[in-house]
Amino acid sequence: MLRLPPFRYLAPGTIEQATQMLAQEGEQSMLVAGGTDLYPNMKRRQFTPPVLIGLRGIAALKHISGSPGQGMQLGAGVTLTTLAQHPIFLEHYSALATAAGSVSTPQLRNMGTIGGNLLLDTRCNYYNQTEFWRQSIDYCMKKDGEVCLVAPGSPRCWAISSADTAPVLVSLDAQVRLVSVRGERVIPVRELFRDDGMNPYTRANDEILCEIILPPADGWRSVYLKLRRRGSFDFPILGVAVALRFAGEGTVAGARITLGAVASHPVEANDAAKLLAGQRLTPELISEVATLASKRSKPLDNADLTINYRKQVTPVYIRRALASFA
Amino acid sequence: MTIKQRTGAGIGRDKSRPYKYIGAPLPKVDAYAKVTGRALYADDIMLPRMLYGRLLRSPHPHARIISIDTRNAMELPGVLAVITGEDLPQRFGILPSSQDEYALAIDKVRYVGDPVAAVAALDPDILDEAIKLIHVEYEILPALMSIDEALAHPEVKINDEARIGNIHKAVSYEFGDVDGGFAEADYVREDWLFYEGNNHAPIEAHACVANWEPHPNDPVGGKLTLWSSTQTPHYVHRELSKVLGLPQSHVRVIAPNVGGGFGGKSDPFSHEICAAELSRRTSRPVKITCTREEVFLIHRGRHPVKMWIKTGVKRDGTLTAMHFRSFLDGGAYGSYGIATTYYTGALQTVTYKLPSYKFEGMRLFTNKPPCGPKRGHGTTQPRYAVEVHLDKIAHDLDIDPVELRRRNLIEPDTRAINGLRITSCALGECLDAVVERSGWNEFHTSSSDQSSIGADVSRPTPIYRPSLEGMENDSHSSIKRGLGIAASSYICGAGKPIYWNDLPHSAVQIRLDRGGGITVYCGATDIGQGSTSILAYIVAEELGVPPEHIHLETADTTLTPVDLGSYSSRVTFMAGNAAIAAARKLKEQLFELASEQLQVPVENLEAAECLIYAENDPGVALPFVKAVQLTEARYGALVAAGSYAPPEGIHGDYKGAGVGPSPAYSYSACVAQVAVDIETGEVVVEKLWLAHDVGQSINPLLVAGQVEGGAYMGYGEAMMEQQVFRKGRHKIPSLLDYKLPTTLDTPEIETILIEIPDREGPYGGKEAGQGPLNPVIPAIANAVFDAVGVRIDETPITSDKVLKALRAELPGARSVQHPHVEPTEAPSPWPTRLIAWQPTEMSLIGKDGV
Repeated sequence: MLRLPPFRYLAPGTIEQATQMLAQEGEQSMLVAGGTDLYPNMKRRQFTPPVLIGLRGIAALKHISGSPGQGMQLGAGVTLTTLAQHPIFLEHYSALATAAGSVSTPQLRNMGTIGGNLLLDTRCNYYNQTEFWRQSIDYCMKKDGEVCLVAPGSPRCWAISSADTAPVLVSLDAQVRLVSVRGERVIPVRELFRDDGMNPYTRANDEILCEIILPPADGWRSVYLKLRRRGSFDFPILGVAVALRFAGEGTVAGARITLGAVASHPVEANDAAKLLAGQRLTPELISEVATLASKRSKPLDNADLTINYRKQVTPVYIRRALASFA
Repeated sequence: MTIKQRTGAGIGRDKSRPYKYIGAPLPKVDAYAKVTGRALYADDIMLPRMLYGRLLRSPHPHARIISIDTRNAMELPGVLAVITGEDLPQRFGILPSSQDEYALAIDKVRYVGDPVAAVAALDPDILDEAIKLIHVEYEILPALMSIDEALAHPEVKINDEARIGNIHKAVSYEFGDVDGGFAEADYVREDWLFYEGNNHAPIEAHACVANWEPHPNDPVGGKLTLWSSTQTPHYVHRELSKVLGLPQSHVRVIAPNVGGGFGGKSDPFSHEICAAELSRRTSRPVKITCTREEVFLIHRGRHPVKMWIKTGVKRDGTLTAMHFRSFLDGGAYGSYGIATTYYTGALQTVTYKLPSYKFEGMRLFTNKPPCGPKRGHGTTQPRYAVEVHLDKIAHDLDIDPVELRRRNLIEPDTRAINGLRITSCALGECLDAVVERSGWNEFHTSSSDQSSIGADVSRPTPIYRPSLEGMENDSHSSIKRGLGIAASSYICGAGKPIYWNDLPHSAVQIRLDRGGGITVYCGATDIGQGSTSILAYIVAEELGVPPEHIHLETADTTLTPVDLGSYSSRVTFMAGNAAIAAARKLKEQLFELASEQLQVPVENLEAAECLIYAENDPGVALPFVKAVQLTEARYGALVAAGSYAPPEGIHGDYKGAGVGPSPAYSYSACVAQVAVDIETGEVVVEKLWLAHDVGQSINPLLVAGQVEGGAYMGYGEAMMEQQVFRKGRHKIPSLLDYKLPTTLDTPEIETILIEIPDREGPYGGKEAGQGPLNPVIPAIANAVFDAVGVRIDETPITSDKVLKALRAELPGARSVQHPHVEPTEAPSPWPTRLIAWQPTEMSLIGKDGV
């Protein structure tokens, strides 16, 4: 059995305490919510923080408030199970409920939180390995090494954004509230991400992601499709999040298409989505949009199944996501 | 779970005296302890002053060891011992013919993970640091990572056991007139297929605790006890004794509760030997618990096998000849590989009547973790190949695949062409059952209307797959459904032990206490399959006491008589028969005294409910405990032993005939229903119907558990599991990335038990642990073809392969993808002497001759 490295565990009861602890303990400390991503990584020594600040005891991170008409506020500590089973989300933000319910396994969804999933460490099958394995291959640039083993000539890391909820929240145009001792800021969730496998988030080290803010449902409907080898447990090797709003006469009044697990950040296919504006969802248009949107997907050989396969089915998944609205 | 039992005409069973416990769906005797977490597994064992041990493993797939410097590690506070290869120079291996392993590498490492040094320290955190302080200097050697590379580069010698290049073992056999058989055929077909390697993935990782207890007056210096997560304590006992230079009398091996094995805990392992040696050096207990990654590196899993098969048939589908070649990717060491090589050829003959058969097999060394036995040992790969190949022949000849199989079924009480004795066989009944339950005929007579799948079952709900779910109501559905069928057979225990001897394969002792207590001693090792419970049910049945009254001591080489181990599906058959023999000796004594006491003839006595009573007047009864006391008063302490060895003369008289014979064979048939998405290549296995000829269930719940487990494992191997390597190392050594189905992915399984008792099995029982796995993989493969008309011809059948095949522009409506699985350089001639064997008239004929 792999064992956790030694660490101190701090258990704040309020967000304020947590931000103060984070400021005091400095850059070496890390936040932990459900721990379903962090603890396995610590066992494999991707992270060896001397201090963990546990967010589980903070009641203020577990709220679900608002209404579909006014918009919803979701505490970052809400579990994926809660989200997947919540009637409001199932009805009005269904892609988010689907995505939350497709993460990992029931046991891990009981522990894992929406905030944790959103800030999931990027993944790569050269990186998500044990210390022994990584040492045997001389490590990769994301941790302890010099080169990217997927693309050895590349100056950057190509680890993959693998959170199911990330592309969905982008397509829903959600915002996130980040709180620190310096104050708080609310940013569009799309600005939380960075196209960099090593530093994939714009969250400052002293900030805590406290809340996800969803805009009013306001006629928007959404869908999330996920590709993976196995029907449970697996991270996505493609996630397709589509949100659409129709005008009265059946034409598209608004569209957002976001792809997950095809890059180091959720990728928005805005050019493709624009083609839908003011149009009816005909099979021809869907096909055209799917083909264009899928060009944004540039898979590398650091996830499951072949690159060619993942490329080939991307337009199929996008087409199906769009067709589900027709 | 659905279980349907079909009981045969009652061969060998007296209906007037129904069994009390045999055939009853009782809980396992250790169920409560296991589900409440009370059962102790090897890693749960904590002894005072215990140290923790770990192995330093090679980071290179192939390298020469120039030097090892352990001084810095030794100086680390908390480190008590560090050992290397020179401290344990005795070679070992599970097979006497493959003594090619060292506990710690000497001179060379042969795969990423090969153990190089071992450390014992006060706590596991110190081990992390100590391991890093051991400095090993390597000279990197070229690594051969596939069958093709091993054949192409004989100059890179991986293992000195290989006589030619990297060929570990080559075998060649011809039975009957193969040329004549092909000449007689109306149609001949050849195919290449590839079966991917995979790991057993038991939920419990390997673990052991060794405890050396010094004794100054003992010339040997002390005694060693090893608790280990093993399927074969007897073999571990022998090898530990050999490597450590201790008499067997001074080594005790105990298997505590074992969390699954599936063949992966059947070898003696480096970590067991190192824990023992570290304990001897420190005179303190030492525990080594493997990580999941180490389980993948220890491996001994399913060999990747390339197979070439050529079969001749008459126009009506009758088989006339088969020529089968297998190339096994063995990994770096022998393990059970020689037996595996034989097994890839041995059992082709016991499912269908083959009038002539040629088999050539070879095992190659490669720079990967050693392969060995996994559930279905060496027969799973060829069974996949044969059943897919026969399916193709059926389509070529336009014969229903079920009908083709029925026309060639082996018959009960016959000899196979390679001399194997067949006794009971209910394969026909298995086929009938799965055909009926799955609605096979209805589906294939109205295949335009695919909704008719399943005779009287509602359509099973597909597992969660968004791409499929979205399409359920689409009138232009991209979902195509298909049914596939396959059949198989498996041994009920290897007819020969691993090392040559003429001793019993299993023995049971029973001791009766004057207070009425019953203690059963048997070396049989419960790895979760329920062998301990089986012993309890059998003794309970014979002596007429509830199973809960029986105390069981198992899998302890000091306390219990030898049982060879939980492999080759042998335990119920062999230990079961030994238990019956032991119990009946005691029963005879008890009945003698009871008869005198009750004035009832022995033949009219019955034992049940802790009473011995007159069967026609149950009021005339003697309490069991009273009978024990009367018997002990007359005969002294009441102990009886029973043992079992397979009968002689159940195989041919040629060299190599020892692999394949068994006192009986189980038979299985499977129908798989799949849904294939032709736009994405995704395959969902919606349902498996699996009928198993078990002879007689000792406990139908445990049998169904084994059948379902086999179905589950077969599903995983068919659809997703891959022990694959990249840049010389295991690509995905974790349970997240190594794709093993979870319960949520597992298809609905309908288990059908066919119960026609076997003459020699305990109460007519046969194996269930391995056989039911084998037909599942080819049934799924054949169902995919039935659904979409393409063949993948290699496992696993992943969506990328299916889509590639669907998009391949090959001629013909039912185009076949040709997999690139042919060896680049198949040696010609085959590098071993051909053994040709003709069965004699007598050995082929009938009921009296067997």
